[in-house]
Amino acid sequence: MAKDTMNKSRVNRSLGGDIMVTLMLVLVGAFMALPLYLSVVNAFKPLDEIFIYPPRFYVMKPTTTNFKQLFQMTSNLWVPFSRYVFNSVFVTIVVTISHVILASMAAYPLAKHKFPGNKGVFKFVQTALLFTGGTIALPQYIIMAFLGMVDTYWALILPSVASALGLFLMKQFMEPIGDAMLEAAKIDGASEWRIWWQIVMPIVKPAWLTLSIFAFQSIWNATGNNFIYSEQLKLLPTVLTQIQAGGIARTGVAAAASLVLLIPPVLFFVITQSNVLETMAHSGMKD
Amino acid sequence: MSTQTLTNQTEIKQSKFKLWKADVKHTVSEMKKNKVSYLMMAPFLTLFCLFTVLPILSSMVLSFTYFNMLEIPEWRGLYNYVRLFLEDDIFLIAIKNTLVFAFLTGPVSYLLCFVFAWFINELTPKIRAFMTLVFYAPSMCTSIYVIWTYIFDGDSYGLANAYLMKLNIIDTPIQWLTDVNYNVGIIIMIQLWLSLGTSFLAFMAGFKSLDHSLCEAGAIDGIKNRFQELVYITIPQMKNILLFGAVMQISSAFAVGPVPMALGGFPSTDYSLHTVMVHIYDYGQVRYEMGYASAIAFLLCLAMIGTNKVIQKLLKTND
Repeated sequence: MAKDTMNKSRVNRSLGGDIMVTLMLVLVGAFMALPLYLSVVNAFKPLDEIFIYPPRFYVMKPTTTNFKQLFQMTSNLWVPFSRYVFNSVFVTIVVTISHVILASMAAYPLAKHKFPGNKGVFKFVQTALLFTGGTIALPQYIIMAFLGMVDTYWALILPSVASALGLFLMKQFMEPIGDAMLEAAKIDGASEWRIWWQIVMPIVKPAWLTLSIFAFQSIWNATGNNFIYSEQLKLLPTVLTQIQAGGIARTGVAAAASLVLLIPPVLFFVITQSNVLETMAHSGMKD
Repeated sequence: MSTQTLTNQTEIKQSKFKLWKADVKHTVSEMKKNKVSYLMMAPFLTLFCLFTVLPILSSMVLSFTYFNMLEIPEWRGLYNYVRLFLEDDIFLIAIKNTLVFAFLTGPVSYLLCFVFAWFINELTPKIRAFMTLVFYAPSMCTSIYVIWTYIFDGDSYGLANAYLMKLNIIDTPIQWLTDVNYNVGIIIMIQLWLSLGTSFLAFMAGFKSLDHSLCEAGAIDGIKNRFQELVYITIPQMKNILLFGAVMQISSAFAVGPVPMALGGFPSTDYSLHTVMVHIYDYGQVRYEMGYASAIAFLLCLAMIGTNKVIQKLLKTND
């Protein structure tokens, strides 16, 4: 399968072009990776090496002290650390799954059905994407207070489920699907729900897998500070920033904390990306 | 003569009314026919209206008031907008800086997203997965960019200063992030480093949904190299995703703010890094003038909508 797709992309390619492309990928890739590499290295540096002169690109005596300290600090918290982990994992799973499903469900009629209000809804969604002010947190708070959702899991979950990005992305990917195929399914007696779930969703698998990456990381990195004040409902990033705020002596611990926080999104990314490859088989279904 | 035109006019009015009535009837029956469509959209749109549309609308209303978050908002009419352009010199600086950032990072990063998604897509699966991770990783964790302070620290402990001094290129450390000669350039570089995010991954997904048989057909039809394939086969298939990328790019290019604030300080030297987003933060989070902050946010949104219109027109004429 893998070999097959490789051969397919070899049409229209020259050796010189391949060399140029590889060279650019290596150079720019190195630039992209350098700061990441430094973050990893710094997390394994003992405190005296972080503030050494001249600064070094590598670590001489790698240590796990920073990580040990991080776990010590987290075990002395008032609320058990596992509670924060549970909160983050729970909220992330719920938001990722429900966002992908609800956004795709709304995107399907928007992309493939003609009904009054279709264009208007889409324009609205697109415009909402362009409003980035940070001034909506306050009205959001008022609405949540009105619904009695402040300081509950709902306040963390519901606003992220309805982010405009997902609807826009899914609609753009669903639009090119051939009408003939959907029409045929309808004639065969499939309901709209079934067409959406069993025909459309498998075709746009690369899109919703990508969307799940966006949803996962944006909620994983969210602090939810605006709507949560009970300690036992707070999320991991909030707690880790509190630890990082402990001053210059915690520089190493802070580096370790951001590294630990990065692990779940990276794992999710790797799993999802390897799944995207399998969808190649479906690409012939478009017309 | 005049009576005739009058009857004509009433006739036209009547026929218009009839048309309108038929229109409504038609619309209602169409709506009934498409009940499933509305049902499918209902859960998402309900939440979307509650937590996005309604807050945006209330923010727009607040922009016409004085509101310090403690007392009841006080109606000010257009005063906030007048004040922005006539009394607030720093806002004009913020507009200038935002435009510089938006027009330097926006188009360049759009191009980078597309070109690198295109390059990486052609690698073998394992290398492809690794390279995608390398390029996308900076966007994955919101605070990872702080590591740049370690590279561009103003004293000799910063990596850049230490190595430039070791090589005798400079003899005193450079204040990379606060010197107005360097900080804008460095922030632009970091923004570009951060910008292979949403659009990049969406383009990757777009390349994966391409129909490969078309490339082979193209080769038979006389397409000779990868550029011709890109222009004649790939881009026409990806128009929808390119449009998505453009909107995402606009919204992130105009929203430059958190990064310069975290790295270059707040307020920055001579307001050299003071963008519209920083200005909103200043009034909303520091001075608690929500009405004024909302007015700025509304103007920023208008600027983005305008840019979006222009770009969509450009994308359409390139068909």
